Amino acid sequence: MKWDEFFVTGDPMIYGADVSIVLTMVGILFYLTKYKKWKWLWDEWLTTVDHKKLGIMYIVSAVLMLFRGGVDALLMRTQLAVPEAKFLDSQHYNEIFTTHGTIMIIFMAMPFLIGLINVVVPLQIGARDVAYPYLNAVSFWTFFIGAMLFNISFVIGGSPSAGWTSYMPLASNELSPGPGQNYYLLGLQIAGIGTLLTGINFLVTILKMRAPGMTLFRMPMFTWSSLVTMVIIIFAFPILTVALALMTFDRLFGSHFFTLQGAGMDMLWANLFWLWGHPEVYIVILPAFGMFSEIISTFSRKTLFGYKAMIWSMLLIAGYSFLVWVHHFFTMGSGALVNSVFSITTMAIGIPTGVKIFNWLFTMYRGKIQFTTPMLWSLGFIVNFVIGGVTGVMLAMAAADYQYHNTYFLVSHFHYVLIAGTVFACFAGLIYWYPKMFGYKLNERIGKWVFWVFTIGFNVCFFPQYFLGLDGMPRRVYTYSEESGWGPLNMVSTIGGFMMGIAFLILVYNMYYSFRYAKRETTGDAWDGRTLEWSTPTAMPPFYNFAKIPEVTGLDHFWRQKQAGKVEKLKAEDIKPIHMPSNSGVPFIMASFFFVAGFGMVFDWMWMAIAGMIGVFATLIYRSFEYNDGYYVSVEEVIETEKISK
Amino acid sequence: MRRLKPFFTFGLLMAVFMLSGCSDMIVLDPKGPVGAEQRDLIMYSIWFMLFILIVVYALTAFIVYKYRDRKNHKGYDPDNEGSHLLETIWWIIPIIIVIALAIPTVKSIYSLEGPPEESKDQKPLVIHATSVNWKWVFSYPEQDIETVNYLHIPEDRPVLFKLTSADSMASFWVPQLGGQKYAMAGMETELYLQADEQGTYEGRNSNFTGEGFTNHTFDVMAMSDAEFEKWASETKADAPELSKGQYDKLMLPGHVKEMTFSSTHLDWVDHATNAEYALDARERLGYEEKIPHSRAAKEEKKKREEEMKKLEESESESESHGDSHAH
Repeated sequence: MKWDEFFVTGDPMIYGADVSIVLTMVGILFYLTKYKKWKWLWDEWLTTVDHKKLGIMYIVSAVLMLFRGGVDALLMRTQLAVPEAKFLDSQHYNEIFTTHGTIMIIFMAMPFLIGLINVVVPLQIGARDVAYPYLNAVSFWTFFIGAMLFNISFVIGGSPSAGWTSYMPLASNELSPGPGQNYYLLGLQIAGIGTLLTGINFLVTILKMRAPGMTLFRMPMFTWSSLVTMVIIIFAFPILTVALALMTFDRLFGSHFFTLQGAGMDMLWANLFWLWGHPEVYIVILPAFGMFSEIISTFSRKTLFGYKAMIWSMLLIAGYSFLVWVHHFFTMGSGALVNSVFSITTMAIGIPTGVKIFNWLFTMYRGKIQFTTPMLWSLGFIVNFVIGGVTGVMLAMAAADYQYHNTYFLVSHFHYVLIAGTVFACFAGLIYWYPKMFGYKLNERIGKWVFWVFTIGFNVCFFPQYFLGLDGMPRRVYTYSEESGWGPLNMVSTIGGFMMGIAFLILVYNMYYSFRYAKRETTGDAWDGRTLEWSTPTAMPPFYNFAKIPEVTGLDHFWRQKQAGKVEKLKAEDIKPIHMPSNSGVPFIMASFFFVAGFGMVFDWMWMAIAGMIGVFATLIYRSFEYNDGYYVSVEEVIETEKISK
Repeated sequence: MRRLKPFFTFGLLMAVFMLSGCSDMIVLDPKGPVGAEQRDLIMYSIWFMLFILIVVYALTAFIVYKYRDRKNHKGYDPDNEGSHLLETIWWIIPIIIVIALAIPTVKSIYSLEGPPEESKDQKPLVIHATSVNWKWVFSYPEQDIETVNYLHIPEDRPVLFKLTSADSMASFWVPQLGGQKYAMAGMETELYLQADEQGTYEGRNSNFTGEGFTNHTFDVMAMSDAEFEKWASETKADAPELSKGQYDKLMLPGHVKEMTFSSTHLDWVDHATNAEYALDARERLGYEEKIPHSRAAKEEKKKREEEMKKLEESESESESHGDSHAH
């Protein structure tokens, strides 16, 4: 491989990125060394198995990826602002929309939600950690390494450019040679291991680790949505794993599963991709539904309306999510019967989703609604998500979809559900549980600015795209002609995009501002909450979460206790030694070996891939001979911790 | 209420904008029965969607306004946890809406599989459309002629497109005539379209196929039956024959201008049954795709563009005695 193939050259923006990456790295290394933070970094973060810290690391990574994916989006919007712009060339544009899509779904939306699930779910069910804390660390580090591997592609080797759907045969060696597409395959594969492990881990955690008295039908809605999500992950992710592996074989080892030669079947890739891909969008929307349920209930000061109906509709959605994948390619010519069946199943998903919308509305009915920022995001969700929902039903009508498919109508639809659904939920959840993670709230006044600038920008950006779609503008074109008449609406859309960018900057400023000036919480109950995570005496729970595991007597246990004036005070005689898992550096080291192996495979350097895999197996073997059953926190230490924090 | 006002103003503006702008948007301005059927279905569904939006927004506005936390708050009921009646209502109404949408949808899905109702008894004109990065090759087997990047079709007569691809998965789409369908290597899909008005319509590949995707377009000219027959026979008489060498060059990734030939490639290859032909042709010409950002790729691209130019010249030279594809 030649140097000009290894490094991406010739574009001033790339050189700028090179310089800023090197400077950031040097800056971080300098900071860590100067302030002697290496040991702190290793002990507190790199080796931690604490679900709260892992959750925070997930969220920090997701916010970084949101920045990266957002910059991609703004580059695209800049190129499309006016007809026949020369800002990006076709290849560069293609790489950017590919990385935008992949990063936003796989490395932003999912880790953001998994991060919040990590922080919140064990606390909500009254557990001290997840079922497999070590595995949880493996999950995080494989995700992180997968994301990093994918991200270096734009300076080393070149980014993938076949779209986040990577349809074959376009993504084959013959049409997209080089490391770019391999980055996609390996980055997703390694991160996918982490996701699958998370699925298993939280399924077991939620089923087995609940506090006494918390039956399934007393679980908070966010925990329920997480449970359902984990079931979908366990069924859907193996499909992605296999599909990616098959394409990797095609590209690296000359097999012909999806290729043009050897009777490969490109339609099989599309089917496998969406068999995973459709459940995937429910993986990123169900936890969002769960969060909105919590937030709307909390700030309406009222119990959730139709708790059981909410659960059943979620289970229905989860089941349906595996029965609708063909609607992503109605235009493949599968025949009238197939298209009719999948049209109807797809429209049917709208029914339980509609039920949920009404249940949220009626949770507010006869409530006492407080317009805090998490609540504003939730109301914004209802108003905007419905637009995404109804256009989704329109797209489900196959005969009409032949006209919407591959156009900006579709682009607008999925941004209306993914941004108004998932991203709004990420912001709402982050703000809502921020005091649980950091001990203080984000500033509300600045937070409201973020909400309004972002929400208005979002509508200005995406609403016009429905009309661009109906006017025949296809997605993924890097420019368009003056005569097409698409110029003005695209300009409007770009302005909206930049408003969202500004809102993101204000959000980041808010994090800084609140870190400096926000009043620190003195209790664990920042919002007058309903569920167990708010019942810890300190704002940030100690590493063992609960000195004494609570006993649950009903739904919204903590709220009911507060209403009855019966919140239990912790007594010294109730405290017993607490069994906790030990930290371990192995997950981080294992993931680093995955990076070596992945990088080797990306460049088809098998010596490096094999060396990396040997490292991975060595860490696995090391782990299986490790007899570390954790340790006990002494009663004295617990008493001291609880007292200090009081 | 004050807080939600921007949403409503915006929504109202957009609704007005949407309804007034309908006829300007090409999908809603079809020029044939297939597109018209789809337009009708779209408009039918839009009314339902507007109804849903209005109900949800009105309810949201009412509840948020009435139950906002304020002094003298009335009607607070923290344990109001459900109502069988209400919940039954909002399970049933969406089900009714879905049924109301599903029936015409399924009807349309079935009817679009065949030629349009109004011209069922006419024999459709068969055209093979083959996508190859980033060109469209159209073969008229009955007329034994072939065009590149443009189509002539007679009006008021159904056209049966037999779609396939020499390489990437493409999607054949002429928005003003009707919805799209994929063209895939080693596969044949069928699409009926029909133009009811004379005119030139833009067609394109709408499925991403790599670097040249944006300009992977063609023009469709709908004309009277007589004009079409005249054009077809003139082309047959005057246009050059398509040689295998020329066709191989067409298999290289790149763009070419519109071309016309008096024979079709179906004589020696049908990409619907031979998915490897394009790759073999590229190999014969010594072409290999390179890593996009490398220097080698830039040289390769230059070479390809020169080949394309030569191909265009070879077609127009042999055509000098009759400029048949002027339109």
